[in-house]
Amino acid sequence: MTPHMLTRSLDRGATMFLAIVAACGILIPLSNLLLPAGSFFQVPTYLVALWGKYVCYAILALSIDLIWGYCGILSLGHGAFFALGGYAMGMYLMRQIGTRGVYGNPILPDFMVFLNWQKLPWYWYGFDMFWFAALMVLFVPGLLAFCFGWLAFRSRVTGVYLSIITQAMTYALLLGFFRNDFGFGGNNGLTDFKDILGFNVQAEGTRATLFALSCLALIAGFLICRAIVTSKLGKVLIAIRDAESRTRFLGYRVESYKLFVFTVSACMAGVAGALYVPQVGIINPSEFAPGNSIEAVIWVAVGGRGTLVGAALGAVVVNYAKTFFTSGVLAPYWLFMLGALFILVTLLLPKGIVGTFNSWWEPFKAKRPAETTESAAAEDGVSEPDMAE
Amino acid sequence: MNVMDTRATSAMLYLDGVHVSFDGFHAINNLSLTLAPGEMRAIIGPNGAGKTTMMDIITGKTKPDEGTVLFDGVTDLTRLDETRIAELGIGRKFQKPTVFESQTVEDNLLLALNVDHSVRGTLFWSGSKAESERIDKVLETIRLTDARSRLAGSLSHGQKQWLEIGMLLAQDPKLLLVDEPVAGMTDVETHLTAELLKEINKNHTVMVVEHDMTFVRELGVKVTCLHEGSVLAEGSIDQVSSNERVIEVYLGR
Repeated sequence: MTPHMLTRSLDRGATMFLAIVAACGILIPLSNLLLPAGSFFQVPTYLVALWGKYVCYAILALSIDLIWGYCGILSLGHGAFFALGGYAMGMYLMRQIGTRGVYGNPILPDFMVFLNWQKLPWYWYGFDMFWFAALMVLFVPGLLAFCFGWLAFRSRVTGVYLSIITQAMTYALLLGFFRNDFGFGGNNGLTDFKDILGFNVQAEGTRATLFALSCLALIAGFLICRAIVTSKLGKVLIAIRDAESRTRFLGYRVESYKLFVFTVSACMAGVAGALYVPQVGIINPSEFAPGNSIEAVIWVAVGGRGTLVGAALGAVVVNYAKTFFTSGVLAPYWLFMLGALFILVTLLLPKGIVGTFNSWWEPFKAKRPAETTESAAAEDGVSEPDMAE
Repeated sequence: MNVMDTRATSAMLYLDGVHVSFDGFHAINNLSLTLAPGEMRAIIGPNGAGKTTMMDIITGKTKPDEGTVLFDGVTDLTRLDETRIAELGIGRKFQKPTVFESQTVEDNLLLALNVDHSVRGTLFWSGSKAESERIDKVLETIRLTDARSRLAGSLSHGQKQWLEIGMLLAQDPKLLLVDEPVAGMTDVETHLTAELLKEINKNHTVMVVEHDMTFVRELGVKVTCLHEGSVLAEGSIDQVSSNERVIEVYLGR
């Protein structure tokens, strides 16, 4: 990323968002670690872990907004990339258990011993090294997205058909990972993690650090997305979203553009999953469930498609609501509430929270002479995502 | 290798014996047509005569069942896709104005400029003086200088038509295919559009599909009348409009 791209990508909204995330990333871990337990300003550890989960979801939402909000690719299978990133991290964490497992096998994870496996499958090689696992977190989702996208976009599969095959993709992975002989712990998935890079995953310090790292990843992901959407490539993406064949007649290779953002987005989703797993302490095939991917799309719709900030905000707001409602007497009705929320947002706030706020705020902003036309123009390009599709 | 030797024809666009049928309907039937470099040609004909389908074939949207389509004497267009054909230098204005509505007028032109269209090129793009000068010039030509930072979606119908012609100018293709440029325009706008196309024709080969006979007359160029997917008559506007068959199927008595 060149400095030029960095400065161009930061308008007031983006800067404010980054400042808030950075403040949370610093203050929440500090308050958790330094203040005495029970103090009013002390954030308890369970909340740090919970909020860490939200931040990971925000990264996932960001990755969906990049392709859906700006390029019109509605992926209903992005949870698959998230889960694959999570599994890559989970495999590293499993290998770190070593002899501390129930069966005490130094090489084989417990579930393999239980299944009477004699040696480690080849695809588990290398996952005892953190750098290798970290690479796979990016590489595996990226490669799957690249192959999937290469086939789909070249054949010009678009719209609802693409959405359906992304659902099929995540469902196929769900079924695969459920199988014991697939080698990823089957139904139970990967769990009972002990430590990460030598630090106890349960320790307060580790949890606080993971939270801070998640915020850092959110900031990095946001900057990458902003750099992409404010570049000329971003204008091409919006052109593809609004009039795909017109873009083709101008001489743009639409499938290359889609493939590029789809792959970048899948890598981001993978990172989100990798940060998620050590914080929740488990990864199992249910993460591939088609419903999870659809839920993530709802976060983006609620927050505001094509705004990036909105996607992150939507993820946090909806998941906060989920935590709140599913822990009380209303728990059985959560899915109805989520469905109703989606319908209401589509009908009443088609631009989502941030999109609606922007269009409400814009007339005020236009009156202020200090605002440069350049940043206003940059926002205009993203202000009207079309929900009707 | 000497390029001249490989040229099959000196025409800018050469269609010979082209057939296309959709589910048994012969949209294009043994169509043969040539366009000389630097020529402007008006295409008229009743609805369903195959005018838009012909443009679809030239731009790679539709593949013909048989026949030859050569561009610039050497390139077989039937083997290429839309992107490749656009890169070769064929630009198209659609019947229904298709501009990028949620982007500014200026950005629409920026997207149309025939500069590096690769993913890497656009990701690391930073504007140049030459590019913004070209955009300024196009804006002036299409009379939209004052509207440069407005969203294209907020333009009037006539302005959208012009913006799309402006996008063709920014694309600077060798051959321009213009489908119904004055549909829905006022008389004044129609006149201005004719002037604009004549100006463009000084440096480009142009093919215009239009129903408005006053406009076609004002262009003052060779006219081809299509009917049921093939050429019915060709010649000056006076010749074509006095042709018995043309009057029967298209102009009416």
